Amino acid sequence: MAGKPLFHYDEARGRMESVRWLLAAAGVEYEEKFLQTNEDLEKLRSDGVLMFQQVPMVEVDGMRLVQTRAILNYFSSKYNLYGKDMKERALIDMYSEGLADLNELFIVYPYDPPGVKEAKIAQMKEKAKNRYFPAFEKVLKSHGQDFLVGNKLSKADIHLVEMIYNMEELDANIIANFPLLQALKTRISDMPNIKKFLQPGSRRQPPVDEKTVLKARKIFKF
Amino acid sequence: MSSKPVLHYVNARGKMECIRWLLAAAGVEFEEKFIETSEDLEKLRKDGKLMFEQVPMVEIDGMTLVQTRAILNYIATKYDLSGKDMKERALIDMYTEGIIDLGDMIMQLVLCPPDEKQAKISLIKDRTKNRYLPAFEKVLKSHGQDYLVGNRLSRVDIHLLELLLYVEEIDSSLLAPFPLLQALKSRLSSLPNVKKFLQPGSQRKPPTDEKTIEKARKVFKFK
Repeated sequence: MAGKPLFHYDEARGRMESVRWLLAAAGVEYEEKFLQTNEDLEKLRSDGVLMFQQVPMVEVDGMRLVQTRAILNYFSSKYNLYGKDMKERALIDMYSEGLADLNELFIVYPYDPPGVKEAKIAQMKEKAKNRYFPAFEKVLKSHGQDFLVGNKLSKADIHLVEMIYNMEELDANIIANFPLLQALKTRISDMPNIKKFLQPGSRRQPPVDEKTVLKARKIFKF
Repeated sequence: MSSKPVLHYVNARGKMECIRWLLAAAGVEFEEKFIETSEDLEKLRKDGKLMFEQVPMVEIDGMTLVQTRAILNYIATKYDLSGKDMKERALIDMYTEGIIDLGDMIMQLVLCPPDEKQAKISLIKDRTKNRYLPAFEKVLKSHGQDYLVGNRLSRVDIHLLELLLYVEEIDSSLLAPFPLLQALKSRLSSLPNVKKFLQPGSQRKPPTDEKTIEKARKVFKFK
């Protein structure tokens, strides 16, 4: 079936947000069907369209893809955001996976109980400032190019800029000591597709609030 | 510098074992440098070899790669175990990620406090029986082919074989309702490279015992 990709998820950032960022960067339009109730999720399950009974799920090019990385990798290959060869892909994967580790904390923390949440926020800020952002500043410094890999935009740049925006919500000055990351953020943010995505009215989801958490608990029963 | 890949990790399964399996299945010889103490780990960090200060790390083709999936993806692509096109790769990725989700649950068991262990094992058995194994049995049934994707061996067959062996270690009856998975397991186990890897004396690591966990706790400084 031709046509736009169709996203199935709840109306929240969660695990789908990095896919939204990626398609924004690629300039690709898509549709979204938001889960509103647990019945919506159970219907997808009983229709047999969720291989492991989970979302995210994306209908694209005749496939029903689940698993965030499978979805990201497919779109990255399709829209030339995955480097020019095996070795560039290895670097892109290494960088993306480091960011995914940090993102795992970021995705989950709004749903954590109060004590745990504060500890996670502190942990994320510490890791961002002392482990992840220095590593990427070092990469940019090492080659002096405008993008992380192969002097061309790739998924790694998108994931990194998304993460910078995420972390700035927790600490507005978090990349104060990373001039090359600041430059990358500016450069990417000025790209027409990203600029549009960053404006109100785009498909970008806002920070997870209490209402979204309560709704998610009902949908996913946790 | 060796022309063979060099794997840096503790002498245990952990996050490196799936990489050992894939290299073995691809018939690629590799060396291992085991991290025995926290000083060994600190040295790797100080030498700037670990992008995110973590292992697994594999030295391969002039690169110092970290992150399990980055390493697996590179090996799979290099040795043509990644499908023939984007769509096959999408299926391979989808199936692999499901396998990793269950595999991670099993891997975490060894670190689980004793009072939580039984509940975790029940959850693993439930997911195995009702979510993951049925999904893969269904794939094999849908096309009736000998391999999960594209009618030829790919990385995901190897990942699944590895997982099925861990499932059996937990409870051998878990595979009973899944004849196509059992057949896949037999078929793959007979492939020459896999057969060799399954034999004693290979670089395959045994189930993680208490001694290994204690050693890992000291190396990585976790509780």
